[in-house]
Amino acid sequence: MSMAPVKLWDFHGGIHPEQNKLQSTLEPSSPAQLPRKLVLPLHQHIGEAAEPVVEIGETVLKGQKVANANGYVSAPVHAPTSGKIIDISEYPIPHPSGLSALAIVIEPDGRDAWVEYTPDQDYTEKNPSHLRNIIREAGIVGLGGAGFPSFIKLNPGSQKKIKTLILNGVECEPYITCDDMLMREDPQSIIEGLHIMRHALQAEECVIAIEDNKPEAFESISKAAAGLDGVRVALVPTRYPQGSEKQLVQVITGKEVPSNGLALNIGVVCHNVATAAAIYRAIHLGQPLISRMVTITGKGVKRPRNLEVLFGTPIEELLQQCDAEFDQIERLVMGGPMMGFALHDIALPVIKTTNCIIAATREELGLDRPVMPCIRCGACADVCPVKLLPQQLYWHAKAKELDKAQEYDLFDCIECGCCSYVCPSNIPLVQFYRFAKGAIWTQEQEHKKSDQARERHEFRLLRIEREKQEREAKRAKKKAPRPQAASPKAPPVDGATMATKMREEAISQRESAAAARKTEIQAALARVQAKKKGTAPKTDEPPAADSSTSPAQKSDLDKTDASSTDSANNQQVP
Amino acid sequence: MLTAILALSALSLVFGLILGFAAVRFKVEGDPLVEQIDAQLPQTQCGQCGFPGCRPYAEAIANEEAEINQCPPGGEATIHALADLLDREPLPLNPENGVVKPKTVAFIDEQTCIGCTLCIQACPVDAIVGAAKQMHTIIESECTGCDLCLPPCPVDCIEMVEIKQDMLTWKWPYPEQPIAEKSTPDSPREASA
Repeated sequence: MSMAPVKLWDFHGGIHPEQNKLQSTLEPSSPAQLPRKLVLPLHQHIGEAAEPVVEIGETVLKGQKVANANGYVSAPVHAPTSGKIIDISEYPIPHPSGLSALAIVIEPDGRDAWVEYTPDQDYTEKNPSHLRNIIREAGIVGLGGAGFPSFIKLNPGSQKKIKTLILNGVECEPYITCDDMLMREDPQSIIEGLHIMRHALQAEECVIAIEDNKPEAFESISKAAAGLDGVRVALVPTRYPQGSEKQLVQVITGKEVPSNGLALNIGVVCHNVATAAAIYRAIHLGQPLISRMVTITGKGVKRPRNLEVLFGTPIEELLQQCDAEFDQIERLVMGGPMMGFALHDIALPVIKTTNCIIAATREELGLDRPVMPCIRCGACADVCPVKLLPQQLYWHAKAKELDKAQEYDLFDCIECGCCSYVCPSNIPLVQFYRFAKGAIWTQEQEHKKSDQARERHEFRLLRIEREKQEREAKRAKKKAPRPQAASPKAPPVDGATMATKMREEAISQRESAAAARKTEIQAALARVQAKKKGTAPKTDEPPAADSSTSPAQKSDLDKTDASSTDSANNQQVP
Repeated sequence: MLTAILALSALSLVFGLILGFAAVRFKVEGDPLVEQIDAQLPQTQCGQCGFPGCRPYAEAIANEEAEINQCPPGGEATIHALADLLDREPLPLNPENGVVKPKTVAFIDEQTCIGCTLCIQACPVDAIVGAAKQMHTIIESECTGCDLCLPPCPVDCIEMVEIKQDMLTWKWPYPEQPIAEKSTPDSPREASA
């Protein structure tokens, strides 16, 4: 290609594990067979689970929405094929916990009939927020593995200017080849998707990053992107974990994403190439996200390859289509060997974040390495791409000293597994960090809850105390009958004096309002006149409550006294 | 000699004044230790420690009238936090006060509830709503799982339900680590040696 080479930067550490990518790229990808039953979990993404909008027994068409997004960070789920809803209940899901969660089960009718949809060709005419809405409604989440709702990452925020949009075709983890296959076979969709994303973000420039172990993909994408203004294709040297967003941003832009920050903070947005293709289908064809490319590989399958799989397809059926030797499979891994997790059941469904299924044999796993004590060799610190001190983190996480682990920036750990990979003592370091992170989150939640409980408990004690006082006051009132005022301390207050007092107060109030309006000169004049007249008005005041009122009452009376004097004087002014 | 005495006296006077001022100006109301201890307690207000609520227990610990191992809902984590705070040795949980149980919330069987309000009066955090002769119900998010509403209920319509784990609350467990402290004959190091 005639494109100028893109200047690249470096990131710290990293490793070069055995690739194992070739075996699954030997034949072109093909669509997987329609399964007998589709199990669609409602939680296939980061955020809240979707809420079903269909009922058991209903028939649905391909692409019809079966569950709505619940909240902002959430994504809807669509029927991957036409058929009948036969169940909505808890099913095991592909998740490291091995838990079950709500899922919609569809029995395909074999017609594969699409719901009516409206393609939208002129996206450039559309407001970016309208585009984001379409992308949200299409249920598109990051297909690189994390599954974060994509429309959120296409929102540049109110004041942020996006300088670089990076399309991530790095695919650095061993075994996985689904993005590689997609880039080879369908570069046009990716480039079209890139244009839409660029329009939504109003990004200045775009970089498509591909590792140099995928020359075919680079060739194909370069051809498709040739001659496009502001779009560069970067061939980056292969190193794990380059596909991690923060590391890739550093390689492409030379800028480091701040701790606790996002790439957005430095004007960069990063999306996976498969997400771009899905966005193209959503906008140009009007099709929601209902399938994805999945790599089926490992020595447990005789025909490793990439399949275009409908969500909800049981993994077991995919393995059969790749000629699996089920008795050879020691462990089934979803994701790559570095960051993936073991599946506990071969009947689990493929979800939006399933990029790869590794059917690993015993020989491939090499399980028998014993865990030895840490010898503080420091190899982990050399390879850590975030420049953390993994052994320090390990000591603190192991001793459950969570605050100290946090001091060593535990939450900057991207759980890439480089430290565990190089550890000569075979310590499962990442598992300790995951545990510590979870424990800290739990602790924070519990603290929040206990603060809330304390507040409620204290309020309750306060309320009980107040009620008690009120009751006592009531009782005291009942005990002392009507002439309670006849107690020796308070002097008798008869109706006449009360009336006078009230009248005085009313006058003083009216007066003070009026006085505010009057000028200072008038006030001064009044005072002079009052002096001239002497204390005559005071004699008009009722002499009651002079000797034995409480101090507060007395000062109150004094006040009314003074103001009424003033008012009397003022009345004399005109 | 005299200058030295004068200088030292002047210095002690100045520092005395500063300390005296600081003692008045920065006087701390109440006992901050009680607050700190209270902050470590789980605030279930369950009374299993033998005190009527978390704060009284915190006061008792501060006055050295109670041990730090009397809080079953807090469990080991609370005991360790208190031991750290007070610079004491962590003790195992006192079985007289109870055992560590999984976290629960109360649930009222609305068919059986007669609306007697007794549980409402017992709840330390006002997490039960209802009125006389009306059905009562638990505000799940506020319930601390203290069990205090169980004994007063005349029809036994309240039960404690274990909080179910879902994908959002699930956390990675502590890695079980079969550390090979002594190298076994079939370990790689021995083999290569």
